[in-house]
Amino acid sequence: MNCTALSLTQLSGRLAEKALSSVEATEACLRRVEQVDPKVKSFIRVDRDGALRAAQASDARRAAGKTVGVLDGVPVALKDMLLTEGLETTAGSKILRGFIPPYDATVVRLLREAGAPILGKLNQDEFAMGSSTESSAFGPTHNPWDLSRTPGGSSGGSAAAVAAQLCFGALGTDTGGSIRQPAAMTNTVGVKPTYGRVSRYGVIAYASSFDQVGPITRTVADAAAMLQVLARHDARDATSHRVDAPDYSQGLEGGVRGLRIGVPKEYFGDGLDSEVGEAVQRAAKVFEKLGATLTDISLPHTRYALATYYVLAPAEASSNLARYDGIRYGHRAQGIKSLKDLYATTRSEGFGPEVKRRIMLGTYALSAGYYDAYYRKAQQVRTLVQRDFQSAFQNVDVVLSPTSPVPAFRLGEKTQSPLAMYLMDVLTLPCNLAGLPGVSVPCGFTRGGLPMGLQLLGRPFDEAGLLQAARAFEREHDFSSRWPPLTRDARADC
Amino acid sequence: MKLSVDDVRHVARLAALRLSPEEENAFRGQLEDVLGAMSELATLPTAAVPAMCYVQGDGGATRADVVQGELGLEKALQNAPARVGSHFAVPKIIE
Repeated sequence: MNCTALSLTQLSGRLAEKALSSVEATEACLRRVEQVDPKVKSFIRVDRDGALRAAQASDARRAAGKTVGVLDGVPVALKDMLLTEGLETTAGSKILRGFIPPYDATVVRLLREAGAPILGKLNQDEFAMGSSTESSAFGPTHNPWDLSRTPGGSSGGSAAAVAAQLCFGALGTDTGGSIRQPAAMTNTVGVKPTYGRVSRYGVIAYASSFDQVGPITRTVADAAAMLQVLARHDARDATSHRVDAPDYSQGLEGGVRGLRIGVPKEYFGDGLDSEVGEAVQRAAKVFEKLGATLTDISLPHTRYALATYYVLAPAEASSNLARYDGIRYGHRAQGIKSLKDLYATTRSEGFGPEVKRRIMLGTYALSAGYYDAYYRKAQQVRTLVQRDFQSAFQNVDVVLSPTSPVPAFRLGEKTQSPLAMYLMDVLTLPCNLAGLPGVSVPCGFTRGGLPMGLQLLGRPFDEAGLLQAARAFEREHDFSSRWPPLTRDARADC
Repeated sequence: MKLSVDDVRHVARLAALRLSPEEENAFRGQLEDVLGAMSELATLPTAAVPAMCYVQGDGGATRADVVQGELGLEKALQNAPARVGSHFAVPKIIE
């Protein structure tokens, strides 16, 4: 059998029955990476030895009756934004080539403690700045559903690896949609937790008031299982909340009867692909049929969200990325005599064009004379965007919209126009501005066979409610059992 | 929103970036476009709206101010591109 086609929770069950060992599952993933990834290019680093060691340890625990939970023995992979002790971590940037983290990110530690073998590091837009995984210093990742197209971004490597059956689940980061948008473009499930739900300690910073780590998986139950491990307070992250996480798997099958779903008119406007719009409207009817009530709502400041985000996130990035100076880690320009020259030359050699562009944008927005007009103004509008949601959530429980305005676009199609690329986040970034949880779940395929996703947004810390709604929808379709054509050619028996 | 190449150079200097003439030109146009799109914010009255710093209020931010989890010298220096003994090496800063 091809065990890599199992979902994470199915594999977990097979491991528990001892029908399969973690070493067998891990070796199957590694074989598939060898066979399929030369076309997809989702991994930028494979840690064969580390993954097999962890798998052997997991099998030994199981033999001794000491397994540590659902993820024990389940091979996963990580976006390269997450620090992995002893394993090179680059954030997809030349400036961090050769950087070996001296410690694990908290989320990585939690996965290791949960027993999950880590297969390696996944491609992404450089410093998570992008919506297509094309700004990576390692070259673009290809969408397994159509290799001439992007998998979305910035966690495109994570989404592509899950879609191509190279791992059973992956972590991404979501600053303006970077988990949900690639999930929508690859027929996978992506969860962006509430800001503060998951620790950012050891996560390479892009825009600190937005960044969150979350899972990309094949099914909603898989996402619930991974989030369960990640969602906890961490004293090492001052923005980590002390709200206890519920059991995300427990209510998953509870359905949506009585759920009040808001459909915001602003998310169905100009720029929305007609097939995507129709698929989400069909999905709304499915929710209604399942007993939810649909309400048309308005989130009036949505039109300002893109500008607000692209002031605040680059401003935070320009500050966060000041640390790349060629002194303590990462690339250092050679043959430089003065400190100022060392900074400027190192950074100019090490950063790619999109990172430079955002640093410039952010520096401009924070510079004397422009601070009030851009940065402070955007902070105020951010409050208004959040208030829109607070007001909506007085009357509805969940907000339903498309995740991405378009299905996967062609490689190179938007790289010449920063604004065209920024528009790819237009439906996902309001959630980050407001700090809310969001889920993208598959909602069908275009006539050309490209995946589409719908987005569910919820109240702060209501990931459980979102997962339950997403599962109710998932159960009505067979999307999660459909695979990209290239997975049929690969053999990874186990 | 009009930007000159001098504006671009000024911002690059603030950001400690050295740009090629091609980059200066490209960024001038691209930043103009993006800042132009952002000028939409100016049309919104916000005088009475508080600026948001923390999206989830103050959360669980405080803890005892106790040093913990130090890396130790060798780990902290293991990625240094240049070091002298137990120090990071930098170019000479005093003439």
